[in-house]
Amino acid sequence: MNHNVYIYIFVMAVVTYLIRMLPITLIKKDIASPFIRSFLYYVPYACLAAMTFPAILSATDSVISAAAGFAAALIAAFKEKSLVTVALLACLAVFVVERVLMVL
Amino acid sequence: MNGESFRSGLKDGIPIALGYFAVSFTFGIMAVSAGLTVWQAVLISLTNLTSAGQFAGLEIIAAGGSYLEMALTQLIINLRYCLMSFSLSQKLTRGCARGHRFAVAFGITDEIFGISASREGRISPYYNYGAMCVAIPGWTLGTLAGAVSGNLLPEFALSALGVAIYGMFLAVIIPPAKHSRAVLGVVFGAMAVSCLFAYVPVLRQVSSGFAIIITTLLVAGAAAYFCPVAEDDPEKAGNFSKQNDE
Repeated sequence: MNHNVYIYIFVMAVVTYLIRMLPITLIKKDIASPFIRSFLYYVPYACLAAMTFPAILSATDSVISAAAGFAAALIAAFKEKSLVTVALLACLAVFVVERVLMVL
Repeated sequence: MNGESFRSGLKDGIPIALGYFAVSFTFGIMAVSAGLTVWQAVLISLTNLTSAGQFAGLEIIAAGGSYLEMALTQLIINLRYCLMSFSLSQKLTRGCARGHRFAVAFGITDEIFGISASREGRISPYYNYGAMCVAIPGWTLGTLAGAVSGNLLPEFALSALGVAIYGMFLAVIIPPAKHSRAVLGVVFGAMAVSCLFAYVPVLRQVSSGFAIIITTLLVAGAAAYFCPVAEDDPEKAGNFSKQNDE
């Protein structure tokens, strides 16, 4: 790493704080443009989905256990379980599948 | 009055703090395995207080990406806080001093925004301070615990914990996708585009941070163009409520 970790942390913290701070302190009116409002509404879904797949497939020791974790999380999330429950079920699925793979 | 708001914030913040502890524990483990020190991992959590942004930032640090890439990635991934901040600016008690706004801004996370937005009427900044007083220690101490114990955990446990953060992301994006075809399209569209960046020869050269930015801009932009959110709903946008159902 030839970059300074503290500068990375500084950049992360400052950008994140500015995003949170500027609207609440400066802008008192609603955003007018329907396009921008819609865009902001869709951003978290697009962003989290892009971060999740296919990255999740390489998050564990094998693609098979990762796929099992992905499937378990999808099902639990579809049933609207809480964040922590979905996360734990995904971990559990990975754990179980990796045990099974070892036996096979 | 302020004390009362503060106490109800504390109370509502406790479940949030517990959830944060679990997720930031994973962050601590991953930060240390990416080569950061325990202190650096804790410093990131204390100063950033955000899950997706920190995990993405970690990837960029590990890959030695540029500072510009880091800034842009944080901007795009955390853009949703901008919406929540807008919404909270209308929700705080009238005449709330700018100093309070600067402080409340630091604690705008998906969950803290969620509990403040669901309160009836205007909210006192002390309510947010109460929630922040438990949520921030939960997030920071979870990171510390994960960073310290990461080396002690066996390999199989680390492997299983690797999917935890993605499980959380899916728990956020899948339920609304059930209720809105537009969100469903965005979720699977974004996964498809990010697969292109992961597997197609030339596109594979694009670093992961920029791949996420480009995917988000393309997919959210297309969705905003083709399926604009209904006019009277935007206040709820940050709440991930169901929208755009035909």
